[in-house]
Amino acid sequence: MSYLPYAVAAWLFLIGLYGVISSRNLVHLIICVGVIQSSSYVLLLAVGYRTGAAAPVFVDIPVGTRAVDPVVQALMLTDVVVEVTVVALLLALAIQVHKRHGTLNPDELRKLKG
Amino acid sequence: MTRRIRQRFFLISAAALALCFVWGYADLPPFGHVSSSYANIVNAISVPQRHITDAVTAVNFDVRGFDTLGEEFILFTSVLGVILLMRRTKDEPAGDHEDKAPGRKVPPVSDAVRVTTLLLMAPTILFGWYIVVHGQVTPGGGFQGGVILSSAPLLLYLCGSYPKFRGAAAPRLIEIAEALGAAGYILIGGACVALGGLFLENLLPLGTTGTLTSGGMVPFINLGVGLEVSGGFTLILLVYLEELMEEKE
Amino acid sequence: MRLLPVLPVVTPLITAAVLALLTKLLPRGWSSLIAIASAVATAAAGALLFEGSLQQPIIYWFGNWKPKGHIALGISFAIDPIGAGLATFAAVLTAAALIYASKYFDSVENHFHALILCFLGAMCGFSLTGDMFNLFVFFELMSAAAFALCAYKTEDPGALQGALNFAVTNTIGAYFVLTGLALLYARTGALNMAQMSEALAAHSGGKLVLVAFAFVSCGYLVKAAVVPFHFWLADAHAVAPSPVCVLFSGVMVEMGLYAFTRIYWAIFDRTLHAHIPSLRVLFISIGVATALLGAIMCFSQRNLKRLLAFSTISHVGLMTLGIGLFTAGGLAGAALYTVGHGLVKGGLFLAAGILLHRFSTVDELDLHGRGRTEKWAGFVFFAGALGLAGLPPSGVSAGDDLIHEAAQAVGYHWIRWISFFAGAVTSAAVLRATCRIFFGWGPRRADEPGGAPKTQEARETDRSRQATPAIMTGPAVVLVMAGILLSFTPHLKRVATQSSITFQNPEGYTARVLRANPEPTPPAPVPADNSHLLGIVALVCAAIGAVCYLFSKPFRSTSHWILRPLGVLHTLHSGHVGDYVAFLTFGIAAFGLVCIFCLK
Repeated sequence: MSYLPYAVAAWLFLIGLYGVISSRNLVHLIICVGVIQSSSYVLLLAVGYRTGAAAPVFVDIPVGTRAVDPVVQALMLTDVVVEVTVVALLLALAIQVHKRHGTLNPDELRKLKG
Repeated sequence: MTRRIRQRFFLISAAALALCFVWGYADLPPFGHVSSSYANIVNAISVPQRHITDAVTAVNFDVRGFDTLGEEFILFTSVLGVILLMRRTKDEPAGDHEDKAPGRKVPPVSDAVRVTTLLLMAPTILFGWYIVVHGQVTPGGGFQGGVILSSAPLLLYLCGSYPKFRGAAAPRLIEIAEALGAAGYILIGGACVALGGLFLENLLPLGTTGTLTSGGMVPFINLGVGLEVSGGFTLILLVYLEELMEEKE
Repeated sequence: MRLLPVLPVVTPLITAAVLALLTKLLPRGWSSLIAIASAVATAAAGALLFEGSLQQPIIYWFGNWKPKGHIALGISFAIDPIGAGLATFAAVLTAAALIYASKYFDSVENHFHALILCFLGAMCGFSLTGDMFNLFVFFELMSAAAFALCAYKTEDPGALQGALNFAVTNTIGAYFVLTGLALLYARTGALNMAQMSEALAAHSGGKLVLVAFAFVSCGYLVKAAVVPFHFWLADAHAVAPSPVCVLFSGVMVEMGLYAFTRIYWAIFDRTLHAHIPSLRVLFISIGVATALLGAIMCFSQRNLKRLLAFSTISHVGLMTLGIGLFTAGGLAGAALYTVGHGLVKGGLFLAAGILLHRFSTVDELDLHGRGRTEKWAGFVFFAGALGLAGLPPSGVSAGDDLIHEAAQAVGYHWIRWISFFAGAVTSAAVLRATCRIFFGWGPRRADEPGGAPKTQEARETDRSRQATPAIMTGPAVVLVMAGILLSFTPHLKRVATQSSITFQNPEGYTARVLRANPEPTPPAPVPADNSHLLGIVALVCAAIGAVCYLFSKPFRSTSHWILRPLGVLHTLHSGHVGDYVAFLTFGIAAFGLVCIFCLK
């Protein structure tokens, strides 16, 4: 199907959002944020594909061969590595929350009402 | 809001959002038929103008090098943030923390694991550097190679106890490597200005296509980024495994 | 000119890397000095860029990748006065916050300075760039630094929770932006804003463009904390250290609005220009809701920092009104408002930090009467209230004038009453706090249940000093006075309006970026004679309201009785991240559907 990758991306986004709002554990919540990240990467890569084209590496294929889009791959590549560290930052927050509050359940964190 | 109300509220909004997704994505060209002249131009000029055979690296470190500088600094900032957040505060006791949850019996590391991980360490490091250094020729580069490199100290942790890992991966050295990598990218850009061009302009001799020295300044940037990424990830691992950074005055 | 456009970004970043490198080798106090020097240098570079871009916007192509056949290859900085001005302003606020923080924390981590400098570098890059993905990268850098800085006080459980709420909502917003970016790339094949604009204008619109517009705008509006994306702001400000709050309220939140308006005018205007009346309705509704909700929540807070945070939300609503008029006057007014409000709010947060430092609390009732010894902090609070109400020579009133004039020109005469209300109520809240804390007026206890519950604030410093050092009061006073006296800057309104006309010229922008055609200088606007009465009236009403609230129990009971149905608002601000994300989803879905159905 020619729209399946886009549907996958949309589904991932929605399911990630659902995970965030219904989560009972902060680590699970942060991983759901990671799922949302994956959704945008899937969309980016899907947008870069060309049917029947080669990888954009011209070592063993002549320059001028039809190749897929290197720009989105470059965008996504750096972004993936970097977002791992942002997730690490969020998880560090979760660890400290557990240390100070004794719980990882968002329903039990009630310091900031009003 | 109670859980139930929140879920109902969300499901209604999500249905509306799903409609937006469907309408928006249905308007996209079918998968595999998206065209972009930007991509075609980059594919066409990567080898003739920069002698780089991996077009993705050409985009990452040359055509859109400034983005990569920003991304590298996001990594740097997040690592600093993790260190800052996990620092030992005044109201926490110092001392060695046990490397296991209280009340659990952890079997000693088996010889099989030890031998395997030790055998794997050297190939991992070699492979990591291979990927870093070949970024301008084949798929790879500083980011990917750096991540592979940072898994080598983790192997050491798996094979021995935590103190050995701590000893081998000296935090101060890694912090220095990481900061050098980050600063290095900016210094390379500044050097380009000093050499008479604009920031991050590729003015160095381009070398032969398909060799390690092709691409002008890209090999240097690759090394810097590799250093930074591997240092950053190792630091994160260190901080997590230790869970409280020692505050050495 | 080969290095200057890059300096505002590169200077703070390389200083941050160097500070991280030398972290244990530098003697105490040196890292603070180096950081302050770096911020000042950045401000100087920003000011030079502002000067340079007044005649012609400056276009800088990184790596010398000039456009090839009108297709942009490299990343460009498209520096116009509004962008350069915002970068300079960010640097000035950072310098003030760093000067304040040099004595504030007893044992400052060097990483604190490095993080603040990364934050500054990101904000400068964000305001100067002309490339969509570059904008996203700097947005992520800004966010990463902000999350870490927000959670700085790790001993305080509330800080961690606030930072978590902040981080999760803003990251989700960022990924909406990236999704929209992917859609735009698929349609236009471009990442450069000018090129996207050309490509979009060439094809017809379609739902993809509208959905992409909705996603990208809402992602940045989450940062801007407009209703219903505003929930994270109060939590984050209540717990972040005071110097960091200065930056959050003063410039980071406004960056979200800047991004939206830049994206609209640089990319979407050529496609959506005919729909401006509908967009105007949409954004004015958002602005009104934000301004009113912020003002009402502000008045019922006991925690000073949360009070100031809600007043920021309210004023951001007023800025959204200015931007949502989609005219040059509105944008110019919003720009001046940003600077005026940022200076005043910065001073107020620093003063709240002084109180926290001396008395270990920012609860208004706990501080009753204790502020008598802190005369300068009291002065800052009082002057801040004047600034928030929009007293005439302040930056806020200059912005208000331009916005009201622009609103009148497109037929929205009643907007001035919204800004009157928001200004009066937020100012009344600050005046009430000032009188209660510094003069000891009013009751010591909350005599009615309702309103915000008491929150505990962890100390930011370890020892309370007998006297607040001048290095802490100095920046607070300077900032708030600059905010109050901003209108005395010569040619302020003329420069702002001309810069806005340049900003809102998409054909000129595209021609300048892709074809290096010079843009014509915009005409000097005719200066209007505004009546400044509204600001003064707002202030008087605020003063009367505050005094009545403090001294008259019947007045208090009546006001609580009127506001009782609004208690549901307090329950909505529950501190639960799932609630916030549910509202975020609702907001984006609603915005998306409105765009699809009303902007055909």
